[in-house]
Amino acid sequence: MSILVIAEHDNAQLNGATLKTLAAAKQIGGDIHVLVAGAGCQAVADEVAKADGVSKVLLADNAAYGHFLAENLGQLVADLGKDYGHILAPATTTGKNFMPRVAALLDVAQISDIIAVESADTFKRPIYAGNAIATVQSEDAIKVITVRATAFDAVAAEGGNGSVESIDNVVSNDKAEFVGEELAQSERPDLTAARVVISGGRGMQNGENFHLLEKVADKLGAAVGASRAAVDAGFVPNDMQVGQTGKIVAPELYIAVGISGAIQHLAGMKDSKVIVAINKDEEAPIFQVADYGLVADLFDVLPELEQKL
Amino acid sequence: MKVLVAVKRVIDYNVKVRVKADQSDVDLANVKMALNPFCEIAVEEAVRLKEKGIAEEVVVVSIGPKAVQEQLRTALALGADRAIQVETDELPDSLAVAKLLKGVMEKEQPQLVILGKQAIDSDNNQTGQMLGALTGMPQGTFASKVDVADGSVNVTREVDGGLQTVKLQLPAIVTTDLRLNEPRYASLPNIMKAKKKPLDVTTPDELGVSVTRTVKLLKVEPPAERSAGIKVADVAELVEKLQNEAKVI
Repeated sequence: MSILVIAEHDNAQLNGATLKTLAAAKQIGGDIHVLVAGAGCQAVADEVAKADGVSKVLLADNAAYGHFLAENLGQLVADLGKDYGHILAPATTTGKNFMPRVAALLDVAQISDIIAVESADTFKRPIYAGNAIATVQSEDAIKVITVRATAFDAVAAEGGNGSVESIDNVVSNDKAEFVGEELAQSERPDLTAARVVISGGRGMQNGENFHLLEKVADKLGAAVGASRAAVDAGFVPNDMQVGQTGKIVAPELYIAVGISGAIQHLAGMKDSKVIVAINKDEEAPIFQVADYGLVADLFDVLPELEQKL
Repeated sequence: MKVLVAVKRVIDYNVKVRVKADQSDVDLANVKMALNPFCEIAVEEAVRLKEKGIAEEVVVVSIGPKAVQEQLRTALALGADRAIQVETDELPDSLAVAKLLKGVMEKEQPQLVILGKQAIDSDNNQTGQMLGALTGMPQGTFASKVDVADGSVNVTREVDGGLQTVKLQLPAIVTTDLRLNEPRYASLPNIMKAKKKPLDVTTPDELGVSVTRTVKLLKVEPPAERSAGIKVADVAELVEKLQNEAKVI
């Protein structure tokens, strides 16, 4: 049976999470087709057709898909997905939004946020904020799966030779419409894809002090994240939140500054390769997962760190 | 307008779970249970809609064994008007929950259904979306702001790059994100009053829904332990270790 992967993109560029989802699809094994649904997204289809392992790209280019509304995209994927054995999408907010609709329309369960492929019907996924790893086996004829991108290495973006085929299925609805969006502007690397992440917590005391982190981030080419405490206190916007309810990151280096290390925060970063904790409380739980811990006042440490890098 | 809120009984979010020695599941014996935090936010939002005069009645529903009545009573103490328990021996999977909720909706005919975005035990993030698909209703997931006006609801959603706003025709499904509101605490008088509020019990059979699982849980393991780290004395040592030992900068 073939596998259908739903590409994540912004109508202009492919999101890196798709290449990682393709890696999961390759591990399942089978002919891989990719659906690119959007508005004015031909370039994305051409881009993903070159990715390693892609045999065919289905391009659904229509205004109805421009904002990836779950009502339209879910129905489109469910209609196309009937002919596939597996349907995969990255576990981003877009994937999490429309994929369960696909599963329900096909009357099958969904397996969320897989971190490993054991076989074509058996997968591993974290539960309880990552404090337990479940191995689950699906008996459904069609497996609807979202993939945790940080758990897979991206397939090569070049070297593949898939064909692009336009499809004219149009699903639109009059019950949901896009009104507007407010996207956070950032010059820094994307949090979920960054090689280095430096995050601040309640210990930062206020939003202005985050510039201390930004200066270090600039030296390291790092993305800046935050704990829920820092977001709730209004220091930084919520799209910077790392944790069970925010973003899941697994960079090579994660530097936690003024973060105690609550279970919900650890759920979002404990698969990082190297973890550094900077905290003045030596009893803080973050030190239990840190490879390198420094017990000191962050207001002394951050300027010194910036200088030494 | 009638608002239906689905709530789930889960392990208290402060408890560190332990995996059973035989790896069959996590150990929930004698563990403190609570209302799922996202469900608390859903109840709070419904009660606020009632306080604003937008909602006339708030009905809470939970699915599971008799113990879930405890969480339904909590929701009643927070301001819900009445409760429905769909009695099942175990907790069904998301698709079955969505089917059961659809059954409840057919009887109750709510204009707005509010759920949490995910339960902190299974971390699935599926039920609200599935309910939307089964009922053909539009969905506003990961809501951080909800405005009901003239037969529709504007939902501001937390998405990866920032915020997105969608307009949904009622009846609609909304799932809550953490920043939608700050749930209130139940006061003692309200906890006492909640004991007298109506709580009906129904069954999957009465709703005409079968709850079979198609995904088997084969094994539950603890996550790989990180090897113990070291404490460094100062910034110089930290930078040196990162450069020469970990080789990450």
